[in-house]
Amino acid sequence: MSEGHVASRKVLNRFGGLTGLRLAGIVVLLAGALAFPVVYPSPTATNYGVYALIFVAVASAWNFFSGFSGYISLGHAVFFGSGAYALGIAARDWHVTGSGVFALLPLCAVVGALIAVPFGLIALRVRRHTFIVITIAVFFIFQLMAYNFSFTGGTTGLDAPFLPWAAATYNNPFYYIALGCAVGAIAMAWLIRRSRFGLQLRAIRDDEDRARGLGVRAMRVKLTAFVLSGAVTALVGGVWFFYLTQVQPPSGFDPLFDLSVVLMAFLGGIGTVSGPVLGALIIEPGQLYLTANTNGYISEILLGALFLAAVLLMPRGIIPTGGEYFRRLTTRGRAAIPAIPPASQRAAAPSGPRSDEGATREDGALEAARRRAGETL
Amino acid sequence: MSILLRTDGLHKSYGGVRALDTCTIEVGEGTVAGLIGPNGSGKTTLFNVITGYAKADAGEVYLADRRITNIAPDKVFALGIGRTFQLTRIFPSLTVMENMLVASQHSRSGARKRAMEQLEFVGIAGYHGTLAGTLSYGQRKLLELAYVLVADPAIILLDEPAGGVNLSLVNHIAARIRELNAAGKTFLIVEHNMEFVMGLCHQVTVLDSGTVVAAGPPEIVRTDRRVLDAYLGEDIEDAEEDSGEADDGASR
Repeated sequence: MSEGHVASRKVLNRFGGLTGLRLAGIVVLLAGALAFPVVYPSPTATNYGVYALIFVAVASAWNFFSGFSGYISLGHAVFFGSGAYALGIAARDWHVTGSGVFALLPLCAVVGALIAVPFGLIALRVRRHTFIVITIAVFFIFQLMAYNFSFTGGTTGLDAPFLPWAAATYNNPFYYIALGCAVGAIAMAWLIRRSRFGLQLRAIRDDEDRARGLGVRAMRVKLTAFVLSGAVTALVGGVWFFYLTQVQPPSGFDPLFDLSVVLMAFLGGIGTVSGPVLGALIIEPGQLYLTANTNGYISEILLGALFLAAVLLMPRGIIPTGGEYFRRLTTRGRAAIPAIPPASQRAAAPSGPRSDEGATREDGALEAARRRAGETL
Repeated sequence: MSILLRTDGLHKSYGGVRALDTCTIEVGEGTVAGLIGPNGSGKTTLFNVITGYAKADAGEVYLADRRITNIAPDKVFALGIGRTFQLTRIFPSLTVMENMLVASQHSRSGARKRAMEQLEFVGIAGYHGTLAGTLSYGQRKLLELAYVLVADPAIILLDEPAGGVNLSLVNHIAARIRELNAAGKTFLIVEHNMEFVMGLCHQVTVLDSGTVVAAGPPEIVRTDRRVLDAYLGEDIEDAEEDSGEADDGASR
C-alpha cells in the first residue's frame, strides 16, 4: 500500500463513516451546486436555486432539532420570521444600505437564539402533541405581534434596502450565500449526528426518561439543539427577506412554511442527514413551479396530498426506504449483511444467553442492518 | 459494614393511595439486598423516589451520608446510582453500542472499550452493531444491565431482573450479579422470583402497603409470620399442603 494511499485512508478515517465513494459523491454535488449559476445563468433558474437552498438550510436546521430529538416543532416560522424582521428593523433603524446589510446576518442568528431560549424553556417542558400545540401557539403569538406592533411596520410590514445590482446577475450573490447557509446547516446536522450530543438527542427521541436516568441532562441537550436550530433558521430568514426585499406578517410568519419544512423532512427521511436535503430539493422547486404555472391553491392542495401520501406510504421517508431497497438489490443472491456476531465474539461468551425468540433474531438483525444502511446515508 | 443507601421515613401518595408510608430501608455497602412484597406494595415507587423519577412527599434518601432526596434522575445517576426498569427500557432505534455510549461518562475511545467489555461481560458483545429494537426480551434485559454498568455506579437497583425470562437466562443474570458483587458492587433487587431472591441476597426487606414489615437475612425473613401473612403465606402454606398431600399419596 502506497504512503499516499495510507495518508488518504487516514484522512477518510478522520471523517469517520465517510467512505471514498460517499466523499466523492459529496464533492461532485458541491461542485455541481457551485457551477449551477454558471451553467444555468437565467434569473428564473437561479431563483429556483436560491429558494431551494434556503429550504435545504431550513429543513436541515429543523431536522437536527426535531428529527433527532423527536420533538416535532410546528413553530420554526417564529425563527424564520424573526430573522427576517430583525434584518429589516436593524437595517431601517441603523440606516444600513446596499450590500452592507449582509453584515447584519449574524444578528439574525443571535435574535433567533435569544428567542429560542425562553421559547424552548417553556415548550420543552412538555412532550409530543402538547409540545406541538405550544409551538403552534407561540407561532401565532409572533404573527399577531408582527401585525400589531408599530416597529414591525404592522400589516404593511418592512421593505429591504435596495440593491443596485444588474438584474441578470442579481440572484447570484444570494445563491452563493444561500448555498453557504445550506452547506453550513448540513455540516452542523452531520457533526451533531456523529457527536455525543447527537447521540443524547436520539436517546431522548427513543425514551427521554430512560436517558435522564443514564445521566443525560435532557433539558440542556434539547434546549441547546433548539437554540442552534432557531439561530440557523433565523439567519436564513434574514437571507430570504433581503432576497425577497419585503416581509409582511403572513409571509414572515407563514403556517405553510412550517408544514413545508416538516413535509420536506418527512418525505426525505426524518432524523437522517440527507433526507431533509432531498425533501427540500424536491418540494421547494416543485412548489415554485406549480405556483408560477397554476392557480396558487393547486400547489397547496398538492402539498397536502403529498404530505398524506408520504406519511401513509413511506412513513420513514425516501432515504431510509430507498437505502433499504438498494441494499436488498445489492445483496440479492449473496450472503447478506452478517447478522450473527463474529465467531470470535460468540466464543468469548460461551455462557451467553440464548434468545427467547431465537428463530426470528437473525431476520431481525438483518432487517436492522438494512435499516441502518438506509438511515445513515 | 457501612450503609451505602438509606431511606428514612419516606412518604409518597398518588391521589388518595399511599404508595409509601414511613418507608425506611438500609442497604449495606458490598451487599446484595432484596426488596420483596406483594403487587402494589410500593417497591417500584421506592425505586422511583430513590432515583429521582418521583418526588417524595416526606422523608429522606441518603447515599452514604449525602442527602439525595428529590434530586433529578441524571444527577442521581451521576452520583452513582444506576437502575433498570421492570418493563425493560432501551433505546430501540440506536445500536447496542450506541445504547451503551449514552450512559458512558468516559472519553470517546475509552468509552467504546469499556462498553465492549461490559457487553462481553453480560454476553451480548456480538450484537454491538445491531439495532437494540431487534433484540429479544432477554437480550434487552442484559443490555439494560450492561449500560447501567458502563458508568460504574456505586449501587445498582434492579427492578425484576428475572421477570419474564427463561431459566437459563435467570441463572446467567444471577451469575453476573454474583460476580459483580464479589468485585465489590452493591445491589438492591426487586424480584418476585423467590428462589432468585433467597439464593442471591444477603439481606431481604419486605414491603407491604408501602411500609417495611420485615428486614433481615433471607432465612429469617422467610419464616417471619408478618411476611407469611403479607406475601409468602398463602403460597408457602399452599405449597406445603400440596407437597404434603403428594407425599401422603406417594406413601400409600
